[in-house]
Formats: sequence, C-alpha cells, structure tokens
Amino acid sequence: MRFFEYEAREIVKRAGIPVTDYGFTTDPAEAGAIAKRIGAATVIKSQVLSGGRMKAGGVKFADTPEQAEAHAREILGLEIGGHLPRGVLVDPRAEVEQEYYAGVVWDGTRKRPVMIFSPVGGIDIEQVAEQQPEAVGRRHFSNVLPLSDFEAKEVIASSGVTGSALNQLVPILTRLARVFVENDMTLAEINPLGRLRDGSFVALDAHMEMENEARGRHAKLLGELGVGEEETRQAREATPFELAGAAVDAIDHRGVAGNVTEFDGNLGLVIGAGGGSLTLFDAVRAHGGRPANYCEIGGNPSVAKACGLAKLVLSKPGVERIAVMMSIVSNTRVDIVARGVVKACLELGYDPAEKIAIFRIPGAWEEEGFKILERYHVEYADRSVSLNEAARRAVEKIEEGVAA
Amino acid sequence: MSILIDADTTFIVQGITGREAVNLTRECLDYGAGAKVVGGVTPGRLGREVHGVPVFDTVAQAIADHGAPIDGSVVTVPPAFTKDAVFEAIENGIRLVVIVTERIPRRDVAQMVELASLRGARIIGPNCLGIIVPDVVKMGGIGGPARNAAQAYMPGPIGVISRSGGMTTEMSSTLSAAGLGQSTAVSIGGDAIIGCTYAELMPLFEADEQTQGIVIYSEPGGRMEAQLARWVTDNDSRLPIVAFMAGRFMDEMPGMSFGHAGTIVEGREDTAAEKIARLGAAGIAVAERIEDIPEMIGAKIAERSHAAPAARAVADAAGTRR
Amino acid sequence: MRADGVFIAVEVDDRAAADRELANKLTEVCPVDIYAQRGDGTLEIVERNLDECVLCRLCLDASPDGAVKVIKRYDNEAVLV
Repeated sequence: MRFFEYEAREIVKRAGIPVTDYGFTTDPAEAGAIAKRIGAATVIKSQVLSGGRMKAGGVKFADTPEQAEAHAREILGLEIGGHLPRGVLVDPRAEVEQEYYAGVVWDGTRKRPVMIFSPVGGIDIEQVAEQQPEAVGRRHFSNVLPLSDFEAKEVIASSGVTGSALNQLVPILTRLARVFVENDMTLAEINPLGRLRDGSFVALDAHMEMENEARGRHAKLLGELGVGEEETRQAREATPFELAGAAVDAIDHRGVAGNVTEFDGNLGLVIGAGGGSLTLFDAVRAHGGRPANYCEIGGNPSVAKACGLAKLVLSKPGVERIAVMMSIVSNTRVDIVARGVVKACLELGYDPAEKIAIFRIPGAWEEEGFKILERYHVEYADRSVSLNEAARRAVEKIEEGVAA
Repeated sequence: MSILIDADTTFIVQGITGREAVNLTRECLDYGAGAKVVGGVTPGRLGREVHGVPVFDTVAQAIADHGAPIDGSVVTVPPAFTKDAVFEAIENGIRLVVIVTERIPRRDVAQMVELASLRGARIIGPNCLGIIVPDVVKMGGIGGPARNAAQAYMPGPIGVISRSGGMTTEMSSTLSAAGLGQSTAVSIGGDAIIGCTYAELMPLFEADEQTQGIVIYSEPGGRMEAQLARWVTDNDSRLPIVAFMAGRFMDEMPGMSFGHAGTIVEGREDTAAEKIARLGAAGIAVAERIEDIPEMIGAKIAERSHAAPAARAVADAAGTRR
Repeated sequence: MRADGVFIAVEVDDRAAADRELANKLTEVCPVDIYAQRGDGTLEIVERNLDECVLCRLCLDASPDGAVKVIKRYDNEAVLV
C-alpha cells in the first residue's frame, strides 16, 4: 500500500527526521495562506500516487502567496495518470547545497532489510547505482538483534561521506531504518534529502509503502493519517466488476473465489489456483485468446460461491463463453466447482454445454464432477489434457462461435 | 534417497486441531509408509487426539512425550501467531519447519528465517504445501489425500522445486505420465521472502545420488531466479535444470501482483522477461509449455550422461524402475 | 418428505421427520446446514442449501437405516450409500 507524499512526510516527521515547514491542503485559498505563513518562495506539489507529476505539470514554483493560490487551483483540477490529486503540498523552496539519497528496502534473497545511502540524490537510485556504483553504500541489517547506529555510519561512510555531514546523517538513516521495520514498510525512501546552506539536513520528499498483509497491526497510524480501510491504494483502482468479484468472495468463508481482475476480451475465465491461474492466463493469450477477466479459485469454495463467480463472469458484457480450468486440485473439489458453474448457466437461462467452452479440473472428487458434466453434456478433460491444451481448446471454441 | 525428509523423519503439527490441519495430518499418516507424526500442538488442548496423534499445549511437552528430539514441524496457525509458533519450534531444537500459513508480513518471516539460521534450522515456506518423497512420505498438504498424491507422484530421478503448491503437483503429474518420477518435490512458497529458495535447495539435490535433473516452476517478482542462475554458473552443477515461467502477462501490468503475494514486481530484475533471459544465460532451459518439460529434461539428462557413464547408469536405473 | 435441489435431493421418511431428537441430531451433524428444526422441533429441509451437500454421509450415519436418503439427481437418481 503506497502512501501519498504528504503522508510519507508525516511519517518521517514523527520519526524525528527534520522536514521542511510544509503544509497540505485541498483548498486553493488555504494554499495561499500556507505560502503566506511560510513567507518565502514555495513549491506547489500535486498529491497523486502515480509518478511523473513534474512532467505532467503537477509541480509548480511560486514567489508570492497569490501565485501559490493560483498554482494550487490549477493543480487541484489537473488529472495525472487518470486521477485528480488528493490535495496539494505547499513546501518552502529550500536553498539546497546538495541532494542526498536515503532508503531502506527488503532483500528477498538475503531475507533482510537493506539500508541504501548515496550523496548523489534527487534522481532514481537505480540509475546512480549503475552509473556511479562507488557513490552508493549498502548494508543489510538484522531483524533479530537491535539496530545500532554504527550500521548506518558504515553505509554512509562507504558512500564517501565524512566530516560533520556524516555525523548528522547517521541518526537520520538509523531512524529511517527503524520506521521501515516498525511500520512493516516494503519501501522507505527520502529522496532528495537536502543539505542546506547552514549544513543541516532536511527531507525534501519521501516515498513509503506499507505491506498490505500488515495493515491490520498499524490501524492506529493509518487512522491518524486518515487512510480509510476501503482504500486499496493499488497500482490500479478496482473496477465495479472487480468489486462485484470481491462481494462474491465474501458470501461465506469457505475457500476463495476471488482476485477478479477485469480485461476486455470475450472468453470468460473461471480459473485457479494461484500458479494455475497464471499459467492458464498466459496459455489462453498464447493461443490468441482474449480473456475477459483473471480470477483465482482456491481452497474449497461453496457451490454458491463458485456459482456466483461464474455468473459474474458470464454476465460481463462481451463474454461469449467461459472456460473452467485449474491445475490438478487436492483441496478444491471438482464436483463442487462443476455444480457451481453448471448452476450459474442454468440460473441465467443458458445451456451449460453451450456456455462452458471446456471444463478442465482434474483431482479430488473428479469422478463425481465428471458425472455432473456428462449429465449436462459439458466438454471436460482430465489430467491427460494439459493446461495449455485445455486453453487452446477453449480459444478454438470461441473462434468457432464467432465464425458461426 | 531424498532431500530434507525420509521415512524416518519425525514431525509435529502446530495448530493441529484446525480444520485444514486435521485433514493434513490424516493425509500425511496415510501416504506412503505413513509419516511419523509424533504429536500436535494447540495451546489449551492438551490431552486430545487428532487421528490418534496426541495433542499438547507446548512443543516441549511433545518432545518430552516422544522421549527424543523431533526433526520437524508443520506450522499451520493463523498469521498473527505464526512467528511465535515457529520461534517455539526452533528454540526447542526442531531443525526443519514447514510453514503453511499465508499472509504473514515480511518482517515476521525475516525474523523467523534469521533465527533459524542462527540456530542451524531450515524453514520451508511460508505459503507452501510442504515436501513429498514419492511413495515414501509427505510432510504437509502437498498432493492432497494419499490416494490423490499417489496418482500424481512416483519415485524417480527428478527434483522438483516450485513457488506454487498446486503447480508442484501438476508438473510432477506430467513428469510421472512421461515415466519420469521424482526424487523429492518441494513446494517452497509464494511469498516475497521464503525460508528456502531454489539456490538454497540446490546443494541438497546436488548431493542426492538419486537426483539427475531439476525442474522448477517460477513466477515474476523477486530475485530468486537470478540467484539460481548465479548459483548454477558459480558451482558448475552436475544437474541440468528446466524451468517453467508462469505469469508472463504480468510484465504488461507493473505494480500489480497476481497469484501469490511474491509476484509483485519491485525492480527491473523482477519481470518474467528478465528472468527468462537470466535463466537462459546460465544454461537453464525455459519451457514454453508444461507438457514440453519431460522431453526437455529427459534430453538434458541423456546429454550429460553421455559425458559421464556413471551418471548414465543411474539415470537408466531410475528410468526403468517402473 | 422430499426436497430437490438442482443436483441433490434429500428424502426423509415422515416418521423420522417428526422425530424431534433425530431432527436435532441431523441439524447438528450436517456441515452445510441442509437440515433445520421448525418451531415445533420437527425436521425442515433447507432447500437453498441442498446443492451444497458434500456427500459426507454424516446424516446417513446419524439416522436409522433407510430413514434418510441423499439422492444424486445428476447420476440417474442414484442413492448415496
């Protein structure tokens, strides 16, 4: 879950890392007032989650409060990446001598968090690492032993920084590392971290992402920041079809029939489990098929849930047929899913044999499942037919249908 | 032979009274020679039994009752309690912990893995189905009920490592149908941080005489395929590897995760296309379709055995066992 | 009495259906709530749950032989034994 800049800055500030005397608002007049309070030149920054706001005209410089208000009004009405901003940040234009980078991320192969520091900030750190590797310091740190200042000191020193800057930077990076761990972040970044004329350091921008799985244990922080429980903050907002999928999955607590993602094709997919869905989605596309959706069946869902999912997909405009496919199941029951998808067809007044292009779920209770499919003349396949072959057959039937 | 577990491996099930854990216990007891499930732990349920397996309040009680150290534990408790359960297992001397639970935050996983490495223990998972040695033993829900597992898995020369539990069975079933059995199949889990990556299991397969080739299932997200490519290059492995890469469509959808939590792409190296390139550069063949895997790995094993007659003899023996 | 879903039908003989104790037992054992008790304690078959039947046979085990029949409508009315 990604935080807006104004939230990330608040988190940084709470951690005791110096920030500028900025203000956040959704109101142009108030933006002017904040600029007046600041009493100097300001930067007005659009608060959106998508990148590239500078290029899109979402960052503007103001010399007077009047200018600040005018820029704020303009930016508040400017869509970036299809979204209006959450508000604007009014930030004093700091006189920066040098821009630094401080960040903390996970290293999945070493299985530890890693602190990253560079005296070359203000640009993408991956770019710095490629072009000036000697100017980037890195260090993994323990999740079991307590974090100690020397660890940040080593990282910063290894990037070529010494003198009083080093001593001022150590607590900043240490605090950032603590913020990262204590708040279950997957990314905590201050970029740029500015060194001002007087030699002091201040966070000029911050980027934070919290792990979705850990949101529950940070309810207090999220509440104080005003992050609503319903805000998914995903890369792409859920569509009504996807929200309807989530509602189907919430019918009961038995198994999973969810993670529905909308696409614009004509072949509805009722597929599972995690890896099987990925494999099947690729296979349908490899055969030239156009999926109407992605989804995942997992665990042992109820008939009602499987039925609800199939009905949702069948009712999606443009869907001609559905393909019901999974990798070999051991927990999910073939007969339960078969009942669900057949029932969905019947309840919508369709012939299951017509609407279900193919049913390929081998495994637990397949004998019962196949009896149901035979009774309704649905084409089905056992494990001797590969996921790829089943996907090919589904695409072929859609194409036959289109031809006829 | 096998890796990680064999017929003599003793283990407990933490969270044994949960619905899924009850099934899993039954499955493990029924499969192959029957797993040595020597106890279960659910706090407050001391004195109960699950399919004849005694239930204890603590891991220490289970060990005292068994009268000897216990090799492993299958942990299937809710995410908020998993770290504590795993710490309890490790601090009581358990050396192999299979974590079934999903949706555990990375910080907790990292802490468990770090403690394990301090104590010389190994974690498989989280968000995994466990380990199976065909016809011998299984530890975890992998393959499902004994009857279903027996349909998909058979003994043989291939080591299987998979980030997807279900696909472990799908791939093994495809291998079995082509006459290529498995030495050990490991479902390593679908999260961003897991206890054992491909590269960390390779030395075990490398040391296992029965294993003549490796088949892996991989996905976008994370660097563990790059780590494997590096390991193979650095270690001059005797084992040919064939990989399958699912989720290629995700490359067009940055920032989204599908299938498993670990598929979130957080850097340039994480994409399917990038991984396929890296694996290929390390001599790891990447299959376009699951059904192509048996022929590809079979050919690679044959190729290597021409170079090494001793290995060919073993491969032949494995191939003609059934 | 008999109630039919799309895939599953359940038939309970009238004497058993009137047995409050049996009704209570059936209500308790069924994992998908196919059985319930009416206000007077006699048995009710919950039609909307019939197709959720997982063929577990717990209701057959809980009742006298032949009193309860679970019928697979998709399998030529085969009776679960």
